[in-house]
Amino acid sequence: MAPKFQGVDFYDTDSLLSEEERAVRDTVRAWVDDHLIPVIGEAYVAGHFPKQLVPGMADLGLFGANLPEEYGCAGLNNVAYGLIMQELERGDSGLRSFASVQGALVMYPIYSFGSEEQKKKWLPQMASGTVIGCFGLTEPDFGSNPGGMITVAKEAKDGWVLNGAKMWITNGSTAHVAVVWAKTGAIDDAESIRGFLVPTEARGFSAKDQKGKLSLRASDTSELVLQDVHVPKDALLPKSAGLKSPLMCLTAARYGIAWGAVGAAMACYDEAVSYAKTRLMFGKPIGGFQLQQARLADMLTEITKAQLLCLQLGRLKDQGKATPQQVSLAKRNNVNMATEVARETRRLLGANGILAEYQAMRHLANLESVYTYEGTHDIHTLILGQEITGISAFA
Amino acid sequence: MKIAVCIKRVADSETRVRIGADGKSLDEAGVKFILNPYDEFAVEEALQRRDAAASGEVVVLALGPAQAQETIRTALAMGADRGVLLQADRVPVDGLEAARALAAELKDGGYDLILFGKMAIDDYNHQVGPMVAELLGLPCVTTVAHLELAGGRGTAEREIEGGVEVVEFPLPAVLTTDKGLNEPRYPALKGIMAAKKKPLDVKPVTPGAGGVVVLAMTPPPERKEGRIVGEGVVAVAELIRVLREEAKVL
Repeated sequence: MAPKFQGVDFYDTDSLLSEEERAVRDTVRAWVDDHLIPVIGEAYVAGHFPKQLVPGMADLGLFGANLPEEYGCAGLNNVAYGLIMQELERGDSGLRSFASVQGALVMYPIYSFGSEEQKKKWLPQMASGTVIGCFGLTEPDFGSNPGGMITVAKEAKDGWVLNGAKMWITNGSTAHVAVVWAKTGAIDDAESIRGFLVPTEARGFSAKDQKGKLSLRASDTSELVLQDVHVPKDALLPKSAGLKSPLMCLTAARYGIAWGAVGAAMACYDEAVSYAKTRLMFGKPIGGFQLQQARLADMLTEITKAQLLCLQLGRLKDQGKATPQQVSLAKRNNVNMATEVARETRRLLGANGILAEYQAMRHLANLESVYTYEGTHDIHTLILGQEITGISAFA
Repeated sequence: MKIAVCIKRVADSETRVRIGADGKSLDEAGVKFILNPYDEFAVEEALQRRDAAASGEVVVLALGPAQAQETIRTALAMGADRGVLLQADRVPVDGLEAARALAAELKDGGYDLILFGKMAIDDYNHQVGPMVAELLGLPCVTTVAHLELAGGRGTAEREIEGGVEVVEFPLPAVLTTDKGLNEPRYPALKGIMAAKKKPLDVKPVTPGAGGVVVLAMTPPPERKEGRIVGEGVVAVAELIRVLREEAKVL
């Protein structure tokens, strides 16, 4: 059996965590060691999401863990929530993506924009994993520019009628309910965007898995088509109002991604160190050569910085002070950092680094998606550029 | 049913431990401490018994330093009802002294069942559970791998060399639990949050010194480097010769 993951903690950041935060982290870490690590390599190569792990994740309380207990959630603070994402992505970005979508992109908008009836109906079932959700914002022709979407919702006498298509939808084909964002007014009016809870069994709703992915292979990614989908009046998330609402969801998810990336980087670094110490070449461990030591020193430095960044961001979020721009900085820095760490680990491992038996190339391939989704690296650069200069460079 | 589970805070066997400057104890710097894995079976068994009966109480008891509160909270997060820490500077080396301290606390507790892990993974002594039973005058069954309780009596199975031994006993009793008895649960996140609100009494104790003294601790000898005797089919004869004549394993 593989040795249990011990984490990476060069700056004693553990001492900055509360006892409960550490306990949450350790529980998820042990669960990932016991249940995900043994199956992920094979699931990844086979290209299927290990759905059998969902009940176990729900039993632990991982879904929407930072939402209140009155809705069946764990009621954790944002640091503990971040640590969950870190540990899940230490296993695989696909599993973390599942939890991010369920929690930050479906449960969070229901909690923030939903009526009390919607919250009571959906949140406990989603926390217990009996209902799986997906989030439909991105469209085939509108990725970085979601405000340009062409999916529309027209008010009818007994509800709403939705038409359009959504792309790159994690959990799309497994979900029971989709949060679909659509324009309720003129096609150029991004302020008319509202969120709708669409049961995936509704007539006219279809989801097709996107095939041929070389990244996030242990995650379902689908295209959604909505053709004259009728939903009742109470499918509307009443407090959703304009493009700002889905962007708030993205900020919530990006926060978790910033932590998750640290987990993937830690997994790779751990693998790199262990390989460097045991792989012999020219009669000594390759860790004894300066080039590999430089690689490892850079990795540890970047991981340590990213850990501290996440932690302070989480503390700010718990105080209600974190800004979307600060979240952008963390997502941009940490995902890029993790991608570099994964790439350097892949290289340090030599030919072995291309095998699914090792983690590095799987993480590297995954992180290329994470680099692109939830606001591409470039878009976060522009968000920061606008924050710094006060001048928008988006269009 | 009122159940006591005696647990111990031990160094995680996955962490690399070093011997301290005194040559007689562990250097605790940087070592992660966990709930003794065999005690997890005891906690799980107690929780299952309580939940099946839909009544009763599971009390977790530990002897150790202040940090052992964290270990108790792990058990509370799994679902135990309350905790008691018998706080001492260190766990006595002599198992009998540890047993005396625990027995004094357990004596008037009115427990139907007192559970221990079969041993602690730090000292491998297997002592404290049976000693507590002796001090309390209760029947004791060690290394329980299967358990049935009914009508104030219990039946336990113990895996012994070459077979299974089945024993019967009256309650109250002291049992030590073995791997295979159950599958310990993870402390769920809600349980972790609930644990800090559960009662945890801290009672200072001063265990006796006892009669056992640790003279020295030494790490196991480094394993000698392996030797490649050759490659492919041609090496088989030499490998067999070496295994037979040098290693003497054939």
